[in-house]
Amino acid sequence: MKILVTIKRVEDYESKIKVKPDNSWIVTDGVNYRANPFDEIAVEEALRLRDTNMPSEVVVVSVGPAAAAAEIRSGLAMGADRGILVKHDAFVDSDGVARVLKAVIDAEKPDLVLMGKQAVDVDDNVAGQLLAEYLGWGQATFASKKESLESPEEKAKKPGIRLTADKKSAQVAREVDGGLEILEVQLPAIVTVDLRLNVPRYASLPNIMKAKKKPIAEMTPQQLGVDVVPKVKVVKVESPPQRAAGVKVPDVQTLVQKLHSEAKVI
Amino acid sequence: MATILVVAEQSNGHLKKATLSALTAAQQVAKNTGANIAGVVIGAGAGQAAQDLAAYGIPVHVVEGAAFEHALAETHSAAAAEVAKKAGAGEVVIAATAYGKDIAPRIAAKLGAGLASDVLAIVGANQFKRAMWAGNAIATVEVTTPMKVVTVRATEFGAAQKGQAAGTVTPAQVSAPQPKTKFVEFNEVKSARPELTEARVVVSGGRGTKGDFKPIEQLADVLNAAVGASRAVVDAGWQPNDLQVGQTGKVVAPQLYVAAGISGAIQHLAGMKGSKTIVAINKDAEAPIFQVADYGLVADLFKALPEMAEAVKKLQ
Ligand SMILES: Cc1cc2nc3c(=O)[nH]c(=O)nc-3n(C[C@H](O)[C@H](O)[C@H](O)COP(=O)(O)OP(=O)(O)OC[C@H]3O[C@@H](n4cnc5c(N)ncnc54)[C@H](O)[C@@H]3O)c2cc1C
Repeated sequence: MKILVTIKRVEDYESKIKVKPDNSWIVTDGVNYRANPFDEIAVEEALRLRDTNMPSEVVVVSVGPAAAAAEIRSGLAMGADRGILVKHDAFVDSDGVARVLKAVIDAEKPDLVLMGKQAVDVDDNVAGQLLAEYLGWGQATFASKKESLESPEEKAKKPGIRLTADKKSAQVAREVDGGLEILEVQLPAIVTVDLRLNVPRYASLPNIMKAKKKPIAEMTPQQLGVDVVPKVKVVKVESPPQRAAGVKVPDVQTLVQKLHSEAKVI
Repeated sequence: MATILVVAEQSNGHLKKATLSALTAAQQVAKNTGANIAGVVIGAGAGQAAQDLAAYGIPVHVVEGAAFEHALAETHSAAAAEVAKKAGAGEVVIAATAYGKDIAPRIAAKLGAGLASDVLAIVGANQFKRAMWAGNAIATVEVTTPMKVVTVRATEFGAAQKGQAAGTVTPAQVSAPQPKTKFVEFNEVKSARPELTEARVVVSGGRGTKGDFKPIEQLADVLNAAVGASRAVVDAGWQPNDLQVGQTGKVVAPQLYVAAGISGAIQHLAGMKGSKTIVAINKDAEAPIFQVADYGLVADLFKALPEMAEAVKKLQ
């Protein structure tokens, strides 16, 4: 089975994000970059599925600047087999990403594509669904599992996505409003992953060394025949409104009294 | 004249409140462009929910039948896109709930539309505001395609008001696609409490509860509040996933938000800093949650919350 996983290079959520004075974007100097956390969960799931369904292959794909090779390497260091970098320096919107990925998938023909449900830079939560539609595939978004992250299943690193006996479909538990929905989706399919699917592994030092020798193929959207002029442009970036600082209250009685007579919310 | 199509969300005939926020967003767009508004309701029970939606003074299309019974992204997006085309829609608006997020991109792809997601405000005919980087930045985005699909953050748009006269309800004839996904089951988390995203008061607990939500629930009971949680809590399996408030969970904006034993990570703040009044109860005086709290109490939640519940009861 061939599993394709997408990885986006994003600003580290531990870094301080500030808006540029000219409101064109955020300040990127001094900001650390890393793989989108949801994508690491997708890589972890792919590795578990590979290792319980040998022979299989995990391919990690990134659309981004040349520097995104580092995030592909981090996926390879977790255990993925090879990488593909579609190089583009300028901003690509989620629709452009989906169309680039479609071209890669048309060539690679994976059985399953795993993606993070959202990238924590633009917080869009749309690329996987767009891609599924462009491919004419089924989708299961927000993949989770019935067992908790503290469960024996998770400790045993079992995949949360369950392949059916004939390996032609997969059962996916989805985090939706009001509970957990179980879908069965025919392969090939797009699955976007949520936070409770698994706890991703750390790359071990030997695996980091091994990853250096794993191949990364490079290409451009032009070579794939995809026009990445955005359908949705970012025209301005501003700081969010700040909440006025509040007060500390000495005790519960004061708190309740202020909520009653000052804020008038109880 | 172009039409704006509002795709409703319903379950078993019950219209979701978030749809009324999507309608408000559509009305704001219509005010700029002079467009008409129509609605579509899809799935089992759609006919009943359509009556509710039509009461807001818009014509509503209904898509029912076995093929659309479950909210599968493939079938529901196909129905919405077909209705949009037949209605000559130039824009499709949906609430950015789990359902809306699941289907809106497929609708956009079918219509060749650009998609602005989780929109906070309508700036103009083509421009929308949305949060990025966990709310560390607010972007204005421009959709450059003639067709547009917009998902809206319900908390940023009030519920629409009922119309003078109800709109018509008509069944829509759409083709039933052959989906590649099959519904298996829904494990519902039943709760007698108000829905998290709709509640007037939310009491949330974090890792500081150590998994003991009794004090949270006790206070929620007297305030008729919904219960929320931080990621730490749901990751540990202490509370159901869909109680997670934050960047990657639910966004809430109640009149009163009480955060107990929650440190105030940016990802959590992204989901609650639009609340009218924020109360933080944390035993660490330096916890970042105090920077957004209107009222901060440095205290042990196991002591403070029961005391608070008692004090509130006395007021009632
Ligand atoms: C990609 C990504 C997405 C994320 N999305 C979300 C999200 O949507 N929502 C979210 O919430 N988080 C999210 N997080 C996680 C977030 O970064 C924090 O880790 C999380 O919010 C911390 O939860 P917490 O405040 O409950 O726990 P902690 O940070 O551990 O804080 C516990 C707090 O409890 C206090 N405390 C302990 N005991 C007591 C007591 N007896 N009485 C009073 N106070 C006490 C402590 O002083 C401390 O401040 C995300 C993280 C990532 C990387």
